[in-house]
Amino acid sequence: MSNPLPTVEIEDYKFGFHYPDASVFKTRKGLDDEVVRAISQHKNEPEWMTDFRLRSLAEFRKKPMPNWGADLSDIDFDEIYYYAKPSENQSKTWDDVPESIKETFDRIGIPEAERKFLAGVGAQYDSEMVYHSIQKELSDQGVIFSDPETAVREHPEIVKKYFGTVIPYTDNKFAALNSAVWSGGSFVYIPPGVKVDIPLQAYFRINSENFGQFERTLIIADEGSFVHYVEGCTAPIYATDSLHSAVVEIIALKGARVRYSTVQNWSSDVYNLVTKRAVAYDNATVEWVDGNIGSKRTMKYPSIWLMGEGAHGEVLSIAFAGKGQEQDTGGKAVHAADNTSSVITSKSISKDGGIATYRGHVKVEEGVKNARSHVVCDALIIDPESGTNTYPYMDILSDDVTIEHEAKVSRISEDQLFYLMSRGMSESEAAMMIVNGFLEPLVKQLPMEYAVELNRLIELEMEGSVG
Amino acid sequence: MKIKIKDLHAEINGLKILKGVNLEMESGAVHALMGPNGSGKSTLSNVIFGHPAYDVTGGEILVDGEDILEMGTDERAMLGLFLAFQYPVEIPGVTVGRFLKRAADLHAGEGETKTTGFVKILREMMDYLEIDQQFINRYLNTGFSGGEKKRMEILQMLILKPTFAILDETDSGLDIDALKIVSKGVNKLRGGDFGALIITHYQRILNHIRPDHVHIMYQGRIVTSGGNELVDQLEAKGYDFIKKEFGIEEENDVESVANG
Ligand SMILES: Nc1ncnc2c1ncn2[C@@H]1O[C@H](COP(=O)(O)OP(=O)(O)OP(=O)(O)O)[C@@H](O)[C@H]1O
Ligand SMILES: [Mg+2]
Repeated sequence: MSNPLPTVEIEDYKFGFHYPDASVFKTRKGLDDEVVRAISQHKNEPEWMTDFRLRSLAEFRKKPMPNWGADLSDIDFDEIYYYAKPSENQSKTWDDVPESIKETFDRIGIPEAERKFLAGVGAQYDSEMVYHSIQKELSDQGVIFSDPETAVREHPEIVKKYFGTVIPYTDNKFAALNSAVWSGGSFVYIPPGVKVDIPLQAYFRINSENFGQFERTLIIADEGSFVHYVEGCTAPIYATDSLHSAVVEIIALKGARVRYSTVQNWSSDVYNLVTKRAVAYDNATVEWVDGNIGSKRTMKYPSIWLMGEGAHGEVLSIAFAGKGQEQDTGGKAVHAADNTSSVITSKSISKDGGIATYRGHVKVEEGVKNARSHVVCDALIIDPESGTNTYPYMDILSDDVTIEHEAKVSRISEDQLFYLMSRGMSESEAAMMIVNGFLEPLVKQLPMEYAVELNRLIELEMEGSVG
Repeated sequence: MKIKIKDLHAEINGLKILKGVNLEMESGAVHALMGPNGSGKSTLSNVIFGHPAYDVTGGEILVDGEDILEMGTDERAMLGLFLAFQYPVEIPGVTVGRFLKRAADLHAGEGETKTTGFVKILREMMDYLEIDQQFINRYLNTGFSGGEKKRMEILQMLILKPTFAILDETDSGLDIDALKIVSKGVNKLRGGDFGALIITHYQRILNHIRPDHVHIMYQGRIVTSGGNELVDQLEAKGYDFIKKEFGIEEENDVESVANG
């Protein structure tokens, strides 16, 4: 019998290139107190931060690896470089960025995106932000957008108040690791009532081999403010594995709204183990838009703690699991106040033996009145080799709740392909059209630039010849 | 276009369904294909289009002298063949407009301006088939009623302007008015270099689209061909008449299933 389903070959990963390692400072392989001290010293940190790092390292050693989720058994923590500084200084113009680094970001299209539709850009290369900019009118309004190191120096009072409060270093093994060796990332503060209409973007690039990138992001949206923060990431393809383990904390104060969008497109040898959590106070809204296309293993469940009355949280999770990939993603909403609502929508596509797992958690605390939650997870399986799992946990301790949960697994059917092909489409185009249709209801809700980028990446993943 | 089907054998999961189909058709003429349920009419259409679930175990299908059996479904479509499905599938999330635009682009010849006028033509055709314009933004066949799906097939045919179309029971489940509209659609393309094979169980559609030739399929073979008089005979006497006329024995289907 002929093979009814498309054999789609994964197009070469477009961002798999790398430049020679030209780090100006690098810690030796492996991790111990000395390495942590070296990182802290290199950053001229105050003692409280050095202590925080050392405490976190001890916690990291103590904590077991997660006994659930994606298979992480191949990670060798002793084989990883934990800190690599790419250049002496951070630049404010692209012209000042060292040539090979600038070329990298040119190839990824960051300066161009900045000109077109961004209010501020941070570009991280290995361990440090090499470029940072923000529109003057925003900084004039008191908006702060910098790396967290700068914030530790210039705004220690804000950092001390919020850093590690949403995700304590004791939260999980990888949060502890990040807390010990964090470097780079973003610090964002939006003053009360300020609305940043166009997005701020941070771009994370790994260049070195066997490398661990541990950026740390803290976003504080003060009362009634708005910000859309976009993050993107890529890495070269090496024969060995790299590790990306970020911590992202968001604080949305009364009436604030924060939208955090990710396009994760790591190369196929990166372990992507990220902890992302937000707290939303009275009438605040937090939206996570989390697209995971690349990486070898991803474990990431953006969470929202609805702490204030009327707070609203949304997680839109899109995962594409191709050959050799495990995307273990989802979302979490904790209703800790009255009249709170959450929506978790997950769409995954698995292909060429990839495994996409949805892991979701909705919790309603005792005594909470009128909590509403809506969870939808749809999985599309492209071929018989690929798989999907759904783990929707519900933890409902109040009875004044409205919870809806829908889950659906669909496969591209032979008859759908046949139908579209009978109208002249090739097999791969037909499959792509069905995939696009599957994502359509979700893509419709995304910011335009984000939707375009996501579609482009998924198209690249789907593209290939018909076997 | 000349379509020549010679001694075609096809099976699904080892179950023999087409058992030596011989049929010649030409654009410029309308053919009707009738035959009892399960006789293999839809199978024949699917095999002509290369549905991957069917294995062709013998015979050939020649289009203008070229054997198309090795061609992909899309390549066959690009020859100018069209199939209006008996059961059109739903494609969630893909709008009618987007789908039709893409299909039309693929069929647009070299030098034709692909976008200009497409929406205008689409709207005209929709009006012609009395399809509400809102359908442009609906997801393809998703949640359509039976009749709406059938009209959508005819709309696609009018947009893609095939040389030869197979209509697999497009008339089934249509009300009188819809039947007239669908017939109108076929007659619009009729004449010149357009041909069609109308698969049906009922005379009524053939009163609107008069076929030039009528073929009767029975147990995986074309057992007789003729003109309109065949339709009248069938209508009057049922398929028993075919059985008697052509001395067909009931096959032991259980055996072929067991072998499959
Ligand atoms: N996927 C399949 N699996 C098993 N049997 C099949 C399959 N498709 C078709 N058949 C069988 O092949 C035979 C012919 O079916 P086909 O659909 O071609 O008949 P038909 O002439 O179009 O009938 P109808 O007038 O009811 O539409 C039937 O017995 C049917 O059950
Ligand atoms: Mg049929």
